[in-house]
Parts: sequence; structure tokens; C-alpha cells
Amino acid sequence: MASVLAQLGVTIGYNTAVVLAGVTLLGVASGVIGSLAVLRRRTLMGDTLAHATLPGIALAFILASALGWETRSLPLLLAGAAVTGGLGLAAAHWLTRSARMSEDGAMAAVLGVFFGAGVALLSYVQTLPTGGQAGLSRFILGQTAAMSAADATTIGVLAVVVTAVAGLLLKEFRLICFDRGFAAAQGWPVGLLDAVLLALVGLVTIIGLQAVGLVLVVAMLITPAAAARFFSDRLSTTVVAAGVLGGLSGLAGGVVSALVERAPAGAVIVLAATAVFAGAALLAPRRGLLPVAVRRVRAALEHDQEHVLRAIYELTEADGQTADRQTAIGSGSGAVALRRIAQHRPFAPWRLALAVRLLRLRSLLGRCYVMPGAVLLTPDGLAEAARLTRLHRLFERYLILRGGRDAFSADDPADFIEHGLSPAVLAELEASVAADAPAGAVPPSPHRLEQGARP
Amino acid sequence: MSGSLLLQYDLPAVAAATLCAGACALVGHFLTLRRTAMLGDAISHAVLPGIVLVFLLLGTRAPLPMLLGAGAAALLAAGVIEGLKRLFGDRLEQGAAMGIVFSAFFAMGIVLMERGARNVDLDADCVLYGTLEAITWPAAHSAAALADPAVWAAAPRQVITLAVVYVLLLAVVALFFRRLVAACFDPGFARSAGLRPGLVNFGLAGLVATAAVASFEAVGSVLVIAMLVCPGAAARQWSDRLVSQLWIGQGMAALAAVGGYVLASVGPAMVGLDRALTASGMIAAMAGGLLLVSAVVSPKHGAVARWRRRRAVAVETAREDLLATLFRQREGRAGFTPAFWRATVGSARLCDLAMRQARQRGQITGPDEAPQLTEAGLAAAAAVVRSHRLWERYLVDEAGADPAKVHDQAMVLEHAGLTPPQPGDATDPHGRRIP
Repeated sequence: MASVLAQLGVTIGYNTAVVLAGVTLLGVASGVIGSLAVLRRRTLMGDTLAHATLPGIALAFILASALGWETRSLPLLLAGAAVTGGLGLAAAHWLTRSARMSEDGAMAAVLGVFFGAGVALLSYVQTLPTGGQAGLSRFILGQTAAMSAADATTIGVLAVVVTAVAGLLLKEFRLICFDRGFAAAQGWPVGLLDAVLLALVGLVTIIGLQAVGLVLVVAMLITPAAAARFFSDRLSTTVVAAGVLGGLSGLAGGVVSALVERAPAGAVIVLAATAVFAGAALLAPRRGLLPVAVRRVRAALEHDQEHVLRAIYELTEADGQTADRQTAIGSGSGAVALRRIAQHRPFAPWRLALAVRLLRLRSLLGRCYVMPGAVLLTPDGLAEAARLTRLHRLFERYLILRGGRDAFSADDPADFIEHGLSPAVLAELEASVAADAPAGAVPPSPHRLEQGARP
Repeated sequence: MSGSLLLQYDLPAVAAATLCAGACALVGHFLTLRRTAMLGDAISHAVLPGIVLVFLLLGTRAPLPMLLGAGAAALLAAGVIEGLKRLFGDRLEQGAAMGIVFSAFFAMGIVLMERGARNVDLDADCVLYGTLEAITWPAAHSAAALADPAVWAAAPRQVITLAVVYVLLLAVVALFFRRLVAACFDPGFARSAGLRPGLVNFGLAGLVATAAVASFEAVGSVLVIAMLVCPGAAARQWSDRLVSQLWIGQGMAALAAVGGYVLASVGPAMVGLDRALTASGMIAAMAGGLLLVSAVVSPKHGAVARWRRRRAVAVETAREDLLATLFRQREGRAGFTPAFWRATVGSARLCDLAMRQARQRGQITGPDEAPQLTEAGLAAAAAVVRSHRLWERYLVDEAGADPAKVHDQAMVLEHAGLTPPQPGDATDPHGRRIP
């Protein structure tokens, strides 16, 4: 750790700090714009536009060297990039309209062809007597190392502007993303808003070229936006989250590529964004894979326990010990062999064993010392089992009386519904079908309960 | 350029480029039919880490391990995309899943390459542009050497690999042609006929991966997409039949490869440069050029042809309107003058063309400012006005339209060349006689 810090202290000079700030702001801007672009299905356009910038960059360089201007001027190169990027989108639009091509076919064609033209032009650029050609390759795969503080400042300022515009127009963009037809009917200038959004996508793409490179810059639009979707279903929250995650990716990628030798910035930033996405997909509260899995397992465990309790209750009841003789069951005569529970309900053996163990931990089940391999309800367990059985049977009655089910086909759906219900639903259920079953009493089962009653 | 140089350097490069373009065009056509062109882009990017890993671990560029590594990477990427779709289908649209996975794979490949293979002959340039220029056939030092079987045995391995892949793809496409077509045009029918379109899609992705990997050395990973899409799209401009499209696409691919290579190697010399341009880039640009030219000049669907068809209809319509105006002028109705007609047509050029057409058909005589209907012109004009008034009659009587509002619609319908419906009434809704 200390050596890493020392290395940080050594390598992070003023220039690196500015570059890192620029890359972070770029990440924020691309996250914010990306989450809108993904909704409006404009990411494909971003990819095509990015690849179509290459010939523009090469042409701007050629122009500059022919006229004797500074060939390394970032604004000039980026202006060239914007021109052919826009031209590429126009070409794709024309191909879709008049060459019988699907939109993604046209986008793919333009992407490949413009990039090819750029590659050919770059090989021409190499023959020019002016210096600085080597720097052009940074636009393809990205390179933060060669970025000057001035470049980074330009990028940072533009990123802030883009983010601010998106923030100001968020309500309008929300409209065209979710319901363009409604927006048009309400009199919003949807064409203009679409154009503004596309321009912002283009701007982010173009300022991202230097840091991330044109091959991968589209990932900065897509990946943080997709990661943000795991944190919220509200657009405003998603946009903010995408900005934060994009900024984090940019910063992390920038730092790694500054510290580690031969770590191409663009690829590292994209990998950082991918890691952020993977982290969000796994860990995001409520929607991530892990929390969802934990919730499922917990629910399954809980349901198993409830089913075991009810199975024991139903078995003792079938033994002739009716519900009003609860104390007799509790006193020990109601021991039930686990084997019988497994026959009564189709449990996987390990799930039954786990449920019994958990019920023991909760002191709802006790061990029966007379019969090995049998369990016994504790007084608390009995009360809980009676409550669950009553609930189950109320649901069955509800399904029979109100849902038109017959006695046997009501059992399975009731099994699913009965868990984890809100008090309001329970109250409604009581009011609806518990007229002849006073509070706490367990009504008789509408169907037979002995072995084999459940298929 | 001497003969041996042509054999040793240009021939193998052109052969590789042609085979690669042909293979990509073949499978790419089905990809565009399925409207999943970007899948080709995703696959061609996703194979990179597989190729780099094989190269790093085995230190070889032998075709079979490379193809296997690339295939494994493509398969893994496809699996991850499918997994993401299954797990998060409700909050991750398919395009986004694809974008995340292929960019992550490509980034991984770049990092592996930069970190591991820095000093060996696999670098960013060859990933991005391919190494067409490096495909050489040193054994073929003269035309006479071609008679020696040993020279053929020493043919460049890239060309051999591509040739094998090309024949393989051709065979697979020929063998499963019906299934492919059914799955591409009508997945629902294919499913009901038991043709397993899902399986076909998967197989198609495999074919694309094979073509992309085989082409990787020749044109790099980005330009593959141009090879996949452009020749087929260009071919679609020239024919509406799939089989002809496929053949034309093969021709387009060969044209792009040969033309692009020649342009890259000879073109700069013509403008006085001493260095050739990157051939793969030029080939992609050439493929785009062919697409553009096809989309403009194709006789059936081309932009020029469509413009001319629209123009012909516009001239015809303007001429008929002129005749009808002159007819109404003869009926003695105020305002119907050639000047009024010119104003309604709008374009002076269109008016001149319409006037000329009417003269050529012998329908008008006299000066342009005050033309007179001839005998034939009168008959034609009567037919137009008859059509107009019958349509008005029809719109009012049968469709229940307001007589005051039917004129504009009848102005359009009268040119349709249909025999209008004929009610018994001999006057139009405005009380004018139907000629």
C-alpha cells in the first residue's frame, strides 16, 4: 500500500491530476448522456459516429499539414472528426431511406466503410513530412498518457457543458424517450429535441475519442447506463447513478493506466466500467443478482419451515387429535416421525432436515426422546402451526367460495399465497370467509389429509 | 512492377482479400436479412482475446489453434450475452447487452496484447487493419516456378486457410440453404415446419464467427463488418431474387477486394506518392463505394431510376393538367389560362417538359404562351376532364363527400389512368357536363 502511495506521489503531478479530472468528468458526461441514449436507442448511432470520425481526423491532419498549421491542435482534429461523424450518420440515414437497408445494416455498413477510409487515409498521413503522425493513433484505442493539461481541460469543460445541458433538458428528454408520440401531441418540438440529444451523444463521443478511443467509446455510453439501471427504475435517479458510475470508471481506469506500464487507457477504462457493471449486476441492493438470490433463499427457507409446521399439525390432526386438544399434542403425545412428514409433503430430504433444524433453533420444535427420528411441537410451535393451518384453510375456503375451485385444487394455490402476507390482506380474508371460524380456531380442512391425499 | 513481384506479393494478397471478402459477403447476406448486422460487428470484436491468448500461450499463428481460440471466445461472448438477456432481460435491452460484452471482450484483448505480446508480431495495428501486405509467396519467384508442385505446397498459409474456410462456408450454406432462407424470411413458418430457426440462428452466428476469424488476419477486426454488410447490400440493389443476390454479392466482394487492392497500391503512385496505402482500409472503402454506386445507378431501385420515374409521372401529370386547362378555357370558363396552369405546376422546367411532351404527341399547336388543342389533344383533354368530373360525381354520390371539397381529390385521382366508375348522371356535382 505504501509503495502504491509512494508511486502515486511520484507519478501524479499537476498534469496527471488534470488528466484524471478530465477523464472523470468525461465519464460523468457519458454516463448521463448514455442513460438517455440507451432509452432513445441511440447507442448504435454513437458507435457508428465514433468509427466515422477517423477519416475526419486524418483529413484534418492532412489539411493542417498542407496549410502549415499546427497539426496537433486538438480542436482542429476534433472538428474534422465531427464533420465526418455527422456525414457518416447522414449517409446511414440516406441508405436506410433509399437503399432498402435496415437501420442496423446501414449503420454497420457506414461504420466499416468510414473506418476503412480512415485507415487508408492514415496510411497516407504517415507519408507526410510533418511530424506528429504517431499521435493520431491515440484516437483509435485511446491514450491518456499523451494528453496535455490543456487537452484535458477542454475535455472537462465540454463534459460539464454536456452534463449541464442534459440536466436542464431532462424533463424534455424524458418525454421523447418514453412517449415520443405523446410529446409530439403535446406540442413539444420532438424533432429538435431528438437532434439535441443526438448532438450531445456526438459531442460526448468526440470528446471521448482521445481518452477512450473510437473503437471502444460507445462502451462508455452503454455500460455505466446499464449498470445504473440496477439501482433505480426512476429516470432521474438512473441518470445521476449513471453519471456517478461513469465518473468512477473513468477515474479508476485513468489511475490504473497512469500507474501501470503498458496499460492502454481506453481499454482499461472500458474494463473498469465493465467491472462496475458486473459489481452493480451482482450487488445492487434489491435488484442485484446476489440480493435477489439471498431473498429467494430466505423466502424458500421460511416457506419450508411454515410447510413443515403445518404438515406436523395436519398429521397429528389426522391421528385423531383434533385442534381443540392442543394441550394434549403439546404434552408429548403428538410426536411425528420425520419419515411421515416426508410422505405427507414432497420435501427434498436435505430441505426437510434444514427446515427442522431451523425450527429447533427458533424453539418451535422439540426433540422427542421416546421416538428417535421424530419431532414434537413446542407450545410456541403449536400456536404458530395452528395459525398457519388456519390461514391455509381460510385461503382454501376463499378459493372454493369466491374462486370457484373444488376442494382439492384449492390446496396448491393456497400453498403459494399463504406466505408473508400483509395485515390488510389478512383482515380482508378474515372478514370474507371466517364467519364460522372464530379468531384463533382452526377450521376443518375441506379435503382429506391422510397419506396420499396430496398427489 | 516485375512479374515475380506480382506473383510473390500482389497475387497472394489479392487472393486472400478476395476469399475473405467472398466468405464474409456470403454469410453477411443472411445476417442482414435477419436484421442482425451488428451481431457481426460484436462477434468480430469479441474474438480478439481468444486470438491473443492462443498466441501468448502457444506462441503460434497456426490457423487451427487461432480459429479454435477465436471460436471459443466468440462462443463465450455469445453465452454471456444470452445469459445477461436471460437474467436481466427486463432492464437490459439486447443492443446494450451486446455492446457491453463485445467492448469488454475487445478491451480485454487489447490489454492482454499490450501487456503480453508487446515485442512480437501481434500489435494493435494488425488487430485494427489486418496484415494483408504481409501475406507473401516467396516460393513463386517466376511464372515458370508455378509448374513445380513444391511451390504450390509453399503457398501462404493465410490464403490456404481462407480458401478452406471459403469452401467450407459455401458448402454449409448450400447444404442448409432452405433452412437458412426460411429462418431469415419467415421464422414463424420455419418453426411450424420443424426447421428449428433458433438453431439456424445459432448456426448462422457460428458461420459469421468463422468468417470473421478467418478474415481477421487479412482485414483486422473492425473492417470485417464492412465486408459482411456492403457487398450484400449492394447486390440487393440489382436483384430481388435471393440466389441472384448472393451471386452478385460474390461478384461485388471480388470487385471490392481487387479494386481496393489495386487502388491502394497503384493509386498513390499515380498522384506521385512513393508509399502504398493500407489495402484493407481501401478495400472497405471500395466496398462502400460499390454500395453507394449501386444505390444510385441501379435500374430498378437506384436513386437515379426512382428520380426519373417520379419525374416522368410529374411530367405526365402536368401535361394532362395542361390539356384539361385548355379544355376548360374552350368551355369558356374564366381564369383557366396557360399562365394559371404554370402557376399551379410551380416548376418552370416541369412546365417546359410537359409542353414539349404535349407537342411531341401532337396534342397542342401554336405558341407556348397561347397553345391550341389539336383534334387529338381535344380527345385526350376530354378524357381527362371526363375522368375528373366522373370522380367528383362518384365522390359525392357514392362516398358522400361535400361537393365543395371534392375538386382537389379529383385532381389527383383523374391522373390514375383507371377507368372511373360511371354513374348515369351526365353532369358533375357542380352542374357541368361530363364530356
